Amino acid sequence: MSAVTVIYALMFYAATVMLVAGLAYKIAVYARTPQPLKIPTTPAPTTKAGVAWRMTKEVTVFASLFKSSKWTWLFGWMFHAALLLVLLRHLRYFTEPVWTWVALLQPFGKYAAFAMLAGLLGLWARRIVVDRVRYISSPSDHLMLLLLVMIGASGAAMKFIDSAHTDIVSLKAFILGLMRFDWQPLPTDPVLMIHLGLVIVLMIIFPISKLLHVPGVFFSPTRVMVDNPREKRYVRGWTASAQPASGESAK
Amino acid sequence: MADFETPKLQEYPIIPHLKRGVMEHSSPFVAKPDHQASVGFPGELVDNWEAKAVEKLGDIARNNKAFKVFLDSCVKCGACTDKCHYYLGTTDPKNMPVARQDLLRKVYRRYYTFSGKYFPWLVGAEDMTQEVLDDWYSYFHQCSQCRRCSVFCPYGIDTAEISMAAREIMDTVGKGQKYCNEIIGKLHKIGNNLGLPEPALADTLEGLEEDVKDETGVDVRYPLDVKGADVLVITPSADFFAEPHIDGLIGYGKVFHQAGISWTLSSYASEAANFSMFIGSPDNLRKVAMRIRDAALDLGVKRIVVGECGHAWRVAYSFWNTLIGPFDFLDKNYPVPQHIIEVTHGLMQRGALKIDKSANDDRRITFHDSCNVARASRMGNFPGGQFVLPREVIKGVANHYFDMAPETIHENTFCCGGGGGLLTDDLMELRVKGAMPRMQALKRVVEENDVNFLAAICAICKSQFTKTLPYYDFPMDMIGSVHQLVSDAIVLGAKD
Repeated sequence: MSAVTVIYALMFYAATVMLVAGLAYKIAVYARTPQPLKIPTTPAPTTKAGVAWRMTKEVTVFASLFKSSKWTWLFGWMFHAALLLVLLRHLRYFTEPVWTWVALLQPFGKYAAFAMLAGLLGLWARRIVVDRVRYISSPSDHLMLLLLVMIGASGAAMKFIDSAHTDIVSLKAFILGLMRFDWQPLPTDPVLMIHLGLVIVLMIIFPISKLLHVPGVFFSPTRVMVDNPREKRYVRGWTASAQPASGESAK
Repeated sequence: MADFETPKLQEYPIIPHLKRGVMEHSSPFVAKPDHQASVGFPGELVDNWEAKAVEKLGDIARNNKAFKVFLDSCVKCGACTDKCHYYLGTTDPKNMPVARQDLLRKVYRRYYTFSGKYFPWLVGAEDMTQEVLDDWYSYFHQCSQCRRCSVFCPYGIDTAEISMAAREIMDTVGKGQKYCNEIIGKLHKIGNNLGLPEPALADTLEGLEEDVKDETGVDVRYPLDVKGADVLVITPSADFFAEPHIDGLIGYGKVFHQAGISWTLSSYASEAANFSMFIGSPDNLRKVAMRIRDAALDLGVKRIVVGECGHAWRVAYSFWNTLIGPFDFLDKNYPVPQHIIEVTHGLMQRGALKIDKSANDDRRITFHDSCNVARASRMGNFPGGQFVLPREVIKGVANHYFDMAPETIHENTFCCGGGGGLLTDDLMELRVKGAMPRMQALKRVVEENDVNFLAAICAICKSQFTKTLPYYDFPMDMIGSVHQLVSDAIVLGAKD
């Protein structure tokens, strides 16, 4: 067992723990924090089913963003949709035998890498070219794009550039070994090292960065609240602990 | 008129390039110690205020889901950057919603996030300093909490929530805004924003009855503190004396008169406005609202109806049931509360009002959706009723109606520029510049459709437009109430 294998295996375990525990903690905080008043951005659905539909549109086609800015929507949606395909395609390295639908996705998932990169570069261009977006960007916003671009580019390189290929069979054995706690040697091709190393970084920073928009959107009161304050009395947090008593206004 | 330039109205809306710091000088008068005391806050900046402000920020994050989620979720995509009327009107980058939020977010990150604690330069985190506080005071008083940015944000981040929290933090450490806090103090003491005591109110209403009698020959009543009336009307106190508001109040009275509904105003709860929302203060919000519950119980009414007021309708519609409910002592056949537009609309649908539309024939009308009605409440029993009902009422009483451009109405509406506790003369430059996007949309219907009447259902909008229309070369009396139109078209007396 080489030192590289041991280091990467340990880093993957650590990153997985941080990702899962970090996200679980954040989700717990969001779920626990009370929303004292009804604040859906209206017009809003008046039923839970309506909210489910509103949220489905938000997270699948980015409905609000579409209203806001067609370019940001185009690049943003392209990146997210392609990322989803790419991630699903990667399931083939975690399953044996490979599930049929994952196998069928293979050609789409492969080329989605280019759409993903194009989306990211489009978003990055906006961040540099549009003065308003440039103004609001911190170094971390640029680094996040750099990180994602490098993950995408290194991955695509291994797939599409002959000299950058890795021993995919050994890699899959390594991953399955990680999952079964039966470590197998990791191929040490430099592009793979970069790809996996950056993925580990991404997993670690996920719960402590703006990537929290992923769980956050599902807890956003302006989007997930039902518009029914007259029909159903709503109390939480300080509005629940401070029940009205007549005559109090005179105090 | 003033030492600033009124923005030029363009043929088509343009997104301006940013000019740093151009509105840095804009700050409202600071509350004096007695204003602060009247709303339960320290009179001046407290010792060790930096730590106390940071502590309060953490406290709000632990007790307000929206605040917490909004601070964490922003990805700086820029979707909101060209949506704020204050940015469009001033071009100051700190008036872009995300940049405004970041004034607070950078402090949150510094003290409450891993990255901000250890890598502040990376994520733009900053310590709480005098400079930051000055920025907060200036720019969180350049937000009218209109929620337009929230409509366009992919995560629904609402800058209003951030600006309310920022104002609460500033109040807590002793730096409050004079305009809001003085008014809330007056309300606690007397019952309305204007400090109009019961005798003055009774006198005003009596005068109103005489005016209506002179004009129409009919005894329309404007009752005060009538026990056992069916309906308690809670309306902004501006309706009692300000122009053009008062013509709306006259309209409410005529509607009730014609429908044969017994109603009353309350001298104890003579204010629909609740500026406590603007300063994000839970205690004041509930205390102000509680007067209404108490008045309703005291007068023994069966229904509560709210007059034309934007943020008041948000508080009433979205918050009253939470704050001062349950309303099990009221008639369950009616929603609580009900908007006066809902009442009038319902009566018109039933044919209970006799209308002569030709009375409004000299008017070519457009309607300004007030932000809190449009994006923070509803009317009727379907989403978007807040857009449909007022327009149906207008079209039911007038023959010439024209909408402004679709990207400037309904949930896309532009704030009048004076909402959210900014309707004060010490912010005139901001108010005029903030009105620009609305004025631009208005200009188009004025030029294309000869519109000469801008109808609104918000006391703040009406006051703001009265002041700002002349800056853009519109006559100041083109702004009016929806119920002014109803008032002029309603045929009193003879019932079929």
